[in-house]
Amino acid sequence: MYSFTFHRPETLRQAASLLSKNADAKILAGGHMLLPTMKLRLANPPQLIDLSRIEGLAGIQQSGRSLAIGAMTRHADVHASPVVQQAIPVLAKLAGMIGDPAVRHMGTIGGSIANNDPSADYPAACLGLGATIITNKRRIAADDFFTGMFSTALEPAEIITKVSFPVPKKAAYQKFRNQASRYALVGVFVAKRGSDIRVAVTGAGSNGVFRVKAFEEALKKRFAPKSLEGLTVPATGLNGDIHGSAEYRAHLIAVLARRAVAEAVGK
Amino acid sequence: MSATGIGAAVRRKEDHRFITGKGHYTDDVNRPGQAAIYFIRSPHAHAKIKKIDTKAAAGMPGVPAVFTGAQFAEDKLGNLICGWAVFSKDGSPMKMAPHAAIAAGKANYVGDAVAVVIADTLAQAKDAAEKVVVDYEVLPAVVDPAKAAAPGAPLIHEAAPNNTIYNWHIGDADTTNAALKNAKHVTKLEFINNRLVPNAMEPRAAIAEYDAGSGNLTLWNASQNPHVARLVIAAFVGMAPENKLRVIAPDVGGGFGSKIFIYPEEVVCLWAARKIGRPVKWTAERSESFITDAHGRDHVTKAQMAFDGEGKITALKVHTTANIGAYMSTFSSAIPTFFYAPLLSGQYQIPHIYCEVDAVYTNTVPVDAYRGAGRPEATFVVERLIEVGARELGVEPPALRRRNFVKSFPYQTSVAFLYDTGDFDASLQKALELHDYKGFGKRKRESERLGKLRGIGFSTYIEACGAAPSAIAGQLGAGVGLWESAEVRVNPTGSVEILTGSHAHGQGHETTFAQLVADRLGISVDQVNIVHGDTDKVQFGMGTYGSRSGAVGMSAIVKALDKVEAKAKKIAAHLLEAAEADIVFKDGKFTVAGTDKSAAWGEVALGAYVAHKFPTSEIEPGLKEGAFYDPTNFTFPAGCHICEVEIDPDTGATTIVGWTAVDDFGTVINPMIVEGQVHGGIAQGVGQALLEHTVYDDKGQLVTGSYMDYAMPRADNLPSFKVDMTVTKCPSNPLGIKGCGEAGAIAAPAAVMNAITNALGTEVIDMPATPQAVWAVLQRSGKAARAA
Repeated sequence: MYSFTFHRPETLRQAASLLSKNADAKILAGGHMLLPTMKLRLANPPQLIDLSRIEGLAGIQQSGRSLAIGAMTRHADVHASPVVQQAIPVLAKLAGMIGDPAVRHMGTIGGSIANNDPSADYPAACLGLGATIITNKRRIAADDFFTGMFSTALEPAEIITKVSFPVPKKAAYQKFRNQASRYALVGVFVAKRGSDIRVAVTGAGSNGVFRVKAFEEALKKRFAPKSLEGLTVPATGLNGDIHGSAEYRAHLIAVLARRAVAEAVGK
Repeated sequence: MSATGIGAAVRRKEDHRFITGKGHYTDDVNRPGQAAIYFIRSPHAHAKIKKIDTKAAAGMPGVPAVFTGAQFAEDKLGNLICGWAVFSKDGSPMKMAPHAAIAAGKANYVGDAVAVVIADTLAQAKDAAEKVVVDYEVLPAVVDPAKAAAPGAPLIHEAAPNNTIYNWHIGDADTTNAALKNAKHVTKLEFINNRLVPNAMEPRAAIAEYDAGSGNLTLWNASQNPHVARLVIAAFVGMAPENKLRVIAPDVGGGFGSKIFIYPEEVVCLWAARKIGRPVKWTAERSESFITDAHGRDHVTKAQMAFDGEGKITALKVHTTANIGAYMSTFSSAIPTFFYAPLLSGQYQIPHIYCEVDAVYTNTVPVDAYRGAGRPEATFVVERLIEVGARELGVEPPALRRRNFVKSFPYQTSVAFLYDTGDFDASLQKALELHDYKGFGKRKRESERLGKLRGIGFSTYIEACGAAPSAIAGQLGAGVGLWESAEVRVNPTGSVEILTGSHAHGQGHETTFAQLVADRLGISVDQVNIVHGDTDKVQFGMGTYGSRSGAVGMSAIVKALDKVEAKAKKIAAHLLEAAEADIVFKDGKFTVAGTDKSAAWGEVALGAYVAHKFPTSEIEPGLKEGAFYDPTNFTFPAGCHICEVEIDPDTGATTIVGWTAVDDFGTVINPMIVEGQVHGGIAQGVGQALLEHTVYDDKGQLVTGSYMDYAMPRADNLPSFKVDMTVTKCPSNPLGIKGCGEAGAIAAPAAVMNAITNALGTEVIDMPATPQAVWAVLQRSGKAARAA
């Protein structure tokens, strides 16, 4: 690890100010991607801005038909939250599938989606549930937030404060793990909320998380696994590596989508 | 059996310190004034080192020295060696190329050290290392053993034309070929035995200190055999005379073979410590372990098994190409030869066996012994062939095995080994019952109903442990004998120190060795201390590998205990004023036969040191005896493992749903520890079969260089095992021990792959059978179920 300056602001304003003054600064919001990269000397941020001391950034609140999760809320807390378990059980379950206990007790939802790892679980939940990402500056629809592998719509000096999830009628997440990293080799999140039907895929896209419109259209006719029978996604544009070719990933998307719908409808 | 004696499941004495963070590993050693060393490693698999500019680095803060391979070469030290001579079938010696601790002139694998930076702190050393400019001329690389000897392959070492180290063989080619020709049926298979990265929990580490006053060098080193390390570093590298070099292997966190070998890092630490007059310390980072710890396996094999009309095996013919990597590691030559081919008879009577092994250099990390070392590879060949043979012949796999089992002992195989004892049918039978083999058909139908494929696979393995009778090892080319030493030091109060040449790095010797001694002397296990891992304390020892600590190490302790008891009886006779012949030692008490006169163990121990009551002109004071034990034969643990799998045809994912292991390890000292060894071994074997995939790209970059890509077995990859034993005592050592440390890893891969191929209905799949690989097989065979 190279040496760096460590900041621990106590207000969001201070954090934003530090970020705007130091263009190469990185936000520390769990650090389970950033710190290993720094230890390997593959990243060299001169400044780290730790958000853990800022009040009000962590916490879970339900108001009406939406659930707001503070950016610094740890995966373990989302997983264990009775509020989340009641409102969107699949979200609690998904949080419990991230990494291992150590990761889940440090990693945060804001850190995960700002990093937008193409194999991470939370981006699939955000896109699949049609979440809104709320920053110190604005509200961004998940559809506009994830712009590509490790890239997001966040501007310099913009900090995620919370994520707002509309409560779906039915939802499920199927994750097929990479045997080594246990990240999603492919993860498929399906949700139905009124006429809004979403199928979001993580782990497979070479540009990160994406929606499968053809599956969504089919499910609009009838939200049942049968609606997806025979449907496939093309392998073009999907990731291929030693763990799974693009063709294998395409195949898994169809399998997992059917399973997720089956789970969502309780079959 | 006493509560802590032989056969008792005594809790491990050492575990309290390990699980409370009180262990003392090499990295815990810190010496006054120590410096950190950082190894600059070649990022290229094959490259000429044209120039190394160290000027800028040498001027960095806190940097006393930067050394290159050229500077190391100036001191004219010896090379690292492979200590086991293997000869080609034409009689020529193996082509061992020089292996300098720091490469000069040419780097031969990604990870080959080309320079070192020494600094006050590791961070400073890393900063300075970034300023070292190495000018490489990248050369074409070869990583695939099957292509290494091909015409036009890049030549790695001048000493080894065609990258070939030896073309070795064993057995009779003519009779084997004739039997194949006359066979009723021949089963043919080709395998890749996948390369594995060892991944001990504690990374390798070394800290070296030079005492200018005495001229003594001390090396703390995560080693499985500190005495052998000292011998090689003294006698072959020529670092210092043996009496001026002390090697200490303190607590060591796992080895699996990878810490047997003498590596460049400890040599360089010693050299640098003396050079700069400060202790020098190195601990591998995990990514460094991936590219420097000797890997395991990596065979490409073609094999044929011949059967007669009755399903009797008539011959086995095997050709294996073994990847040795970029340099010959310490025991690399012996693993794919003497530790492999002599096991090819398996549990069977096979009248004719012929095996050829070609060993080749490639631009990859050196390959050497890894848990099982040659025996898993042999078992995989034999057990896959007989299982497939059974399927092809339409015979139940257990029945075909039974038909061919060795049934009377001793049995001379056609590949050198003399099996001393065993009861293969007993372990098979017990395993079939425990596993409910009869219920398999029903379970398979139930899986089918749920859209899953179920398969069952057997592995009736045999292996050879307790290496080895020294004379035989010598005939086979070993550079050392393979005996073990022990010393029993009785304190005046009756407590005991056992000095052993065995080395514990997870095996639990502090418990099992204490059980043996406590049982024998009638004292508590807490009164027995096991001392190992320090060349200044233990006179010499061969270390721990190949499941030899019980069969060989404990036998040496028994011999020393015999001597202690004999002397103690003499002393007791004087204390009890009786004839020596009348003294009986039992349950910690010396009794005069036929009387109620007795002396406790502690009284006799004290008497030995007080020395008031016996003539010291006839009996020396004190109570301390040593022994060297040389085995008269290898030991032959054997057993039957059954693996049952369920495959999801939609994803290709394999779940192990059942595992039964019935092993014959001879006498068991501590069943809890033995069961743990079986569990760990199976886990590693399952890792090889399902998960662990060492992938090099064509340029020689290790693609699977971290846990992001290299899958280690985890608890949820494994079922609950059913583990049981049968016992035939080993006749060649005093305790009847065979050894248990590697059996699981030896048996498991074949059991898993037999189960998977049984489920898939095709034999064409290599390890690791990842979901993607299984799915691809299903796609090709058109069995990919309902999936889209």
